[in-house]
Amino acid sequence: MATAIHERGYAHPDTLVSTEWVAAHLNDPNVRIIESNEDPLLYLSGHIPGAVQVDWTNDLNDPVRRDYISRDGFAALMSRIGVTPEMTVVFYGDKNNWWACYAFWVFQLFNHTNAKIMDGGRAKWEQEKRPLTREVPMYPATTYPAPDRDDSAIRAFRDQVLAHVKAGKPLIDVRTPAEYIGEKLHMPEYPQEGALRGGHIPGAKNVPWAEAINPEDGTFKPADELRALYEKEQGLNPADEVITYCRIGERSSHSWFVLKYLLGYSHVRNYDGSWTEWGNAVGLPIER
Amino acid sequence: MVGYPKPLADVIADMASITDRRERQELLIETADRFASVRVPADVAQPPYSEANRAPACESEAYVFAVDQPDGTLRYYFDVLNPQGLSAMAMAVILAETLSGQPLEQVAQTPTDLVFNLFGREISMGKGAGLMGIIALVQAEAKRRLKAS
Repeated sequence: MATAIHERGYAHPDTLVSTEWVAAHLNDPNVRIIESNEDPLLYLSGHIPGAVQVDWTNDLNDPVRRDYISRDGFAALMSRIGVTPEMTVVFYGDKNNWWACYAFWVFQLFNHTNAKIMDGGRAKWEQEKRPLTREVPMYPATTYPAPDRDDSAIRAFRDQVLAHVKAGKPLIDVRTPAEYIGEKLHMPEYPQEGALRGGHIPGAKNVPWAEAINPEDGTFKPADELRALYEKEQGLNPADEVITYCRIGERSSHSWFVLKYLLGYSHVRNYDGSWTEWGNAVGLPIER
Repeated sequence: MVGYPKPLADVIADMASITDRRERQELLIETADRFASVRVPADVAQPPYSEANRAPACESEAYVFAVDQPDGTLRYYFDVLNPQGLSAMAMAVILAETLSGQPLEQVAQTPTDLVFNLFGREISMGKGAGLMGIIALVQAEAKRRLKAS
């Protein structure tokens, strides 16, 4: 069983809340619980009472080009789910909060810093046999004066990644070892992860995202174990400028969360173009 | 051109008639509820399963099994190790119920993009790839039998 969040040595423990905390705040008007999943059917099959859904594909992405929603889109989303700038949003979801962390990351592009992740995610809530409902809540629409999206601090773009590589700065590839080494999948007719080339960005170290999780209950590992993973094994330093990436930036937002909030790294960016951009781009260097 | 097996064509037509996304999702959840009926029986396979049976790119850890039938067709069974893998379970139920016992030539040519007919275009790339991986493995089993015959 995981120790209490504040006993795990995290740099910013307040960005995590326990399932007990969420259970105690289900009717708190200043808290909005948000489910964000990899599986699109899960929310409707049952969710935490009062929780709204934020769907990555439909709610967070620009409907036409590959990019995130604009200021107006974010304001409309927040209005629809009844959130004001003062409210605390708590994300949870399936797959060890992978998509919850992705939604959290997108919210940070709009500086909604009153945001937390429910430790253990949906699986822990279910393990503890806490209530689920199929009733979809409706909240009064709010007016949310969203700022312009600011990509500068936590999002990396292709040319910035290339400069990062040339400067010898650290990258963390959070995909599976098979993806990292560019191993062919065993079915020849199957597309190679949506990319024409396999391998990884030169110099990137491989730390699969789920290594940060206790597999038995989906909670985050304590800080000393996370430091062993990233610092002892891969040589990262909290002062480093780090870029994380995966296939489309969703798994790497989980590792971004770990480095930034649990270990306190100040300069971590997520490269959401990730392998689907890098592995398809003409002329970019690849290592196997 | 080899068309869809009729049972699958019927399911696709039913889905196409549902324009409301939430209604379609509810139907898929009901479909996933029948997963126990297509879960691989112990006399066919037991965990830990062979990697050869694992659907590529499926984050829900879906496995596909094909059992030869006396009439030369295949009966398909599945397992989904992620208990929250509802979409994979729904996909498995649809494939087991509509492709088992169907001509191998048709099964082998089942287009993987039928995922979009069933789940809609708004499904995420990763999820779509995982579900297509399940279909691809079903196809591969049929192709393997055709090649051997």
